[in-house]
Amino acid sequence: MTQIKLPRHHDQETVGEALRRQGISRRGFLKFCATTASLMALPPAMIPRIAEALENARRPAVIWLSFQECTGCTESLTRSHAPTLEGLIFDAISLDYHHTLQAAAGEAAEAAREESMKENHGNYVLVVDGSIPLGNPGYSTIAGISNVDMLKEAAEGAAAIIAVGSCAAFGGLPQADPNPTGAVSVADIITDKPIINVPGCPPIPVVITGVLAHFLTFGGLPELDELGRPMAFYGQSIHDRCYRRPFYDKGQFAETFDDEGAKKGWCLYKLGCKGPTTYNACAVTKWNDGTSFPIEAGHPCLGCSEPNFWDAGGFYEALSTPTEKIARTAVYAAAAGAAVGVAAGALNAASKKRAISQHQTTTLDDLTPEAK
Amino acid sequence: MNASDWLLWARGPAFEIATIILVMGMVIRFIEILMLGRKKNLAAAKGSAMAGGLRTMVTRSVPEAGVFKRSGFTIITGYIFHIGLFVVIFLLAPHILVFDSVLGLSWPALPTTIVDAFAVVTILALIAVLVNRLNNPVKRYLSGWMDYLVWGLTILPLITGYMAFHRIGFSGPMLLALHIMSVELLMIAFPFTKLSHAFTLFLARFYNGSITGLKGVKS
Repeated sequence: MTQIKLPRHHDQETVGEALRRQGISRRGFLKFCATTASLMALPPAMIPRIAEALENARRPAVIWLSFQECTGCTESLTRSHAPTLEGLIFDAISLDYHHTLQAAAGEAAEAAREESMKENHGNYVLVVDGSIPLGNPGYSTIAGISNVDMLKEAAEGAAAIIAVGSCAAFGGLPQADPNPTGAVSVADIITDKPIINVPGCPPIPVVITGVLAHFLTFGGLPELDELGRPMAFYGQSIHDRCYRRPFYDKGQFAETFDDEGAKKGWCLYKLGCKGPTTYNACAVTKWNDGTSFPIEAGHPCLGCSEPNFWDAGGFYEALSTPTEKIARTAVYAAAAGAAVGVAAGALNAASKKRAISQHQTTTLDDLTPEAK
Repeated sequence: MNASDWLLWARGPAFEIATIILVMGMVIRFIEILMLGRKKNLAAAKGSAMAGGLRTMVTRSVPEAGVFKRSGFTIITGYIFHIGLFVVIFLLAPHILVFDSVLGLSWPALPTTIVDAFAVVTILALIAVLVNRLNNPVKRYLSGWMDYLVWGLTILPLITGYMAFHRIGFSGPMLLALHIMSVELLMIAFPFTKLSHAFTLFLARFYNGSITGLKGVKS
């Protein structure tokens, strides 16, 4: 675990105070701590420690930058299920700058960002959603500042960066072929700060808050996988935790969305499910306050928390199938092969014919001189 | 390149390249073989070349008693891994989806667990074949580098496929990418190695059978 300085906000109330002010009971608070512990695969003995840490943690300053994005990540977080404890924990941080959620606008908003960056230099958490266009800085600007400039400026004084959503984590939809804006991820630009990728389109709300809770509790980065995703939430694939997995193993597949197999809840592999190659917590935490997740609703996984998911073939094409138009390629290859084959055959025939024509027959006369 | 990039490459450009090499290569080889032509046989026919050819295409699949006695192991393991390869390649549901997407043809699949069992037996048979090849002095003497290469290229997709299904060793995207790329290696090697017998064997059998058929000799 990479230890970084715990982000603290000056003279702010603690998380515990903030929660009590909002009418959260001790029981409800501990329940949240237990849920967080189990989500992050921590032993139950850690629950009191999480509770204590959260109770006393000063609210960290958080600056949230939105670049080329659709606000879906913010929507996911705020509209998940109101009011959730996760949502309140989110209230309990000091969100100093967020386009969608802040009251201030225009110069006042930018002033708030600059002030927070100055006051909490080196200690604030920078949350980014959306990709950054490098094709032309004018493609996306905030208060006349290009996304790349604002990211570099804000990252400079950040304790850590959380890239929320697939756009910030991997480039996302703006980066989809042919990537008209030259979109890149946060990690493509910032290389000297700890970055946690929380991909998903959008990410699960509890995953975003879980990562923030981890910060508050331990003041460090959670264990990350090779794509910078917290192992606690992205350690297992959808496929490995899917309740329809037994049907995959048995080879029982829904062929269409309304056939017998679909009604019986069989595996959605043939309908394009990307579960086997997708790492996320959907099958475990589910969505809408634990109600359901796409596969449970009868729709294949799109693989939205993986890089390139928007370019990895059609959403309804099976994972095993080629992404290019192979039939057409094969026909062209066969035609080209036939042409080359006929030419090669003709050359072979010509050289055979030439060999025959140049063949010299040996007669008895050729042999006689030597005998003499 | 991360695992997703590899998978994208394997399912996209790499598969396209492999298809072009496989299809072009095999079509060129076929046309070259057919254009070699045959010398006109001036001897009086003592039987039907066509009937002899067609008969041999089938009868060569059935080992004669004497041959079986001498090379029973080769024949049995050979049958096991050839049938195993057929089942694994053509009767697994995700594979049928590939054929369907390329050829537009689809057929029923076997339950995945049964195909899985076939895969294990096929891998074991291929290992047995290699051990036998190395231990048998005559077979070892007759084997060249291409035989070992072809063996490796054949067993690799089986092993990566087994790993991908049971999710051993790598992440999901990487396992699938490795499996598809191992198949693409096989496709690329096909026209240039003895692997092409899968396409040319019936042509060769017909050729042999038609010669003996014309002479009125049993083949």
